[in-house]
Amino acid sequence: MTDTLVKDPPARPGSRGIGSVEVLAALLVLLVIFRGPLSGRVAGPELQTWTTVFVSVLVQAVPFLVFGVLLSAVIAVFVPASFWARALPRRPALAVPAAGLAGVVLPGCECGSVPVAGALIRRGVTPAAALAFLLASPAINPIVLTATAVAFPGNPEMVLARALASLAVAVLMGWLWLRLGRTDWIRLPHRPEPAGKGRAFWSACRHDMVHAGGYLVIGAAAAATINVVVPESWLQTLASDPILSVLALAVLAVLLSICSEADAFVAASLSQFSLTSRLVFLVVGPMVDLKLIAMQTGVFGRGFASRFAPATFALAVLAGTVTGWVLL
Amino acid sequence: MNRQAQAVVLLLFGGAILKASITDLHLRYVKEGLRPFLLLTGAFLVLTAIFTLWYELRPAAGRKRAQPVPDPGHSETHDHAHHEPRVGWLLLLPVIALLLVAPPALGAFTAGQSGTLTATAESDYGPLPEGDPVAVGLLDYASRSIYDDARSLAGRRVQLTGFLSTGPDGGPMLARIVVSCCAADGRPIKIGLTGGPAVDVPSGTWLQVTGRHSTRRAKDPVNQADIAYLEVEQWQPITPPKQQYE
Repeated sequence: MTDTLVKDPPARPGSRGIGSVEVLAALLVLLVIFRGPLSGRVAGPELQTWTTVFVSVLVQAVPFLVFGVLLSAVIAVFVPASFWARALPRRPALAVPAAGLAGVVLPGCECGSVPVAGALIRRGVTPAAALAFLLASPAINPIVLTATAVAFPGNPEMVLARALASLAVAVLMGWLWLRLGRTDWIRLPHRPEPAGKGRAFWSACRHDMVHAGGYLVIGAAAAATINVVVPESWLQTLASDPILSVLALAVLAVLLSICSEADAFVAASLSQFSLTSRLVFLVVGPMVDLKLIAMQTGVFGRGFASRFAPATFALAVLAGTVTGWVLL
Repeated sequence: MNRQAQAVVLLLFGGAILKASITDLHLRYVKEGLRPFLLLTGAFLVLTAIFTLWYELRPAAGRKRAQPVPDPGHSETHDHAHHEPRVGWLLLLPVIALLLVAPPALGAFTAGQSGTLTATAESDYGPLPEGDPVAVGLLDYASRSIYDDARSLAGRRVQLTGFLSTGPDGGPMLARIVVSCCAADGRPIKIGLTGGPAVDVPSGTWLQVTGRHSTRRAKDPVNQADIAYLEVEQWQPITPPKQQYE
């Protein structure tokens, strides 16, 4: 029904834009009418916990997403493309580590860095450098490293290991993209550029918010499902095996989709696992998780996400294990 | 989904975030420190919706200011109408969840499914504050009991607040969810209850329990972590506190 209504307007110019607004109004009226039965349905403990976790992942992530959307709108509208040509080294191979290090100073969570990386690519920054920024910024910013230090009071080397391993993955992925990446894998969604700075700014904000926000909803729902469905006792049997424990926590980091500011506390609480496997958890989490894969699919396209996420995952597991082996 | 519908969805989403952050609703999902950012976020979403509607409903006025040459603004809006992200409809889900369902804070279900937090060992446990009984957090009680050999708890009456949960042996346990960032990382801390009057309220009821330290220990079957116990003197059901997480 939605499709026909939305596609209808071009044929009848008089009824422009009525379609989805009408659907929306009808939907809202139905919701208000069926409010009682609806909240009654969400009464079982599983469904209740699911809804709580779903809402809390979203509420926690939205301020960071808004920060990222604002920053990307400012980059897209107010920062001229020539700025990036001057700010980053001309050679892409050098621009990658520079962009990775730039991620260190910008505090933000992974949800914010996806639209920012999209805006950077639109503004002509070489995709390899933008992707290095995308991976580095949520993993090694000051807030995340402080949180890691607080969560592991007895193991300060954990902070260093996390920073080094994450930076290594970000830079290596950037270089890997330079060698193997193809520009046509990245499909930035069509975003009309309206005339006028104010109009363009709010248009970019609205578009990115609705787009990335919608994919954030998918990610939050997936994370809530995992949280409720996978009982913790399954993990216990995996913790004793050194190789299985690394793989288990790497997969768990992808499934749980916890914000990078919080994942150190969760890692600290998984105390029956080895430090190396928990380091892998911390390196993988901010770079590949359900919420991020959904958002990358939305911002860069499916062809990109289906190649980029598995490659990052493999590299992050490898870098985390090697760093843990050497440092911890 | 056209831009007007997007604006309405953003308005509702921003309104839901504003409502949750103005009331105590947000305490069920995130830490209190996020509140100012949530207020700004809600305001920004509402502003985005207002500006979108402003530019949509008065395209002529917006264009005149932007560029004097009149152009077919209407038809341009049309052509892009069906390119607009359809995934945005999903933003209605959190609106429904926040405004209509408003799910409660995590409780007994999570406490039963996850293993208790292992209290972190501190090098120095100061004496408990004055008071008889003295109110102590569950996490503080557990780490004093397990790592300080209960030295600082000796001879003191303590008062713990939490919800009732069922222990590994079917006995009563007091639990509370500890949240470090948002409810998604919430994990329970559990204290076993022993002795005293029988606790005969349903699981999930909030209790205030007064008692003394007990040397009894148990292992959480979920993660093999130590559970400290409290020798109960008296207990009473209470209304859930505003901040349910520790």
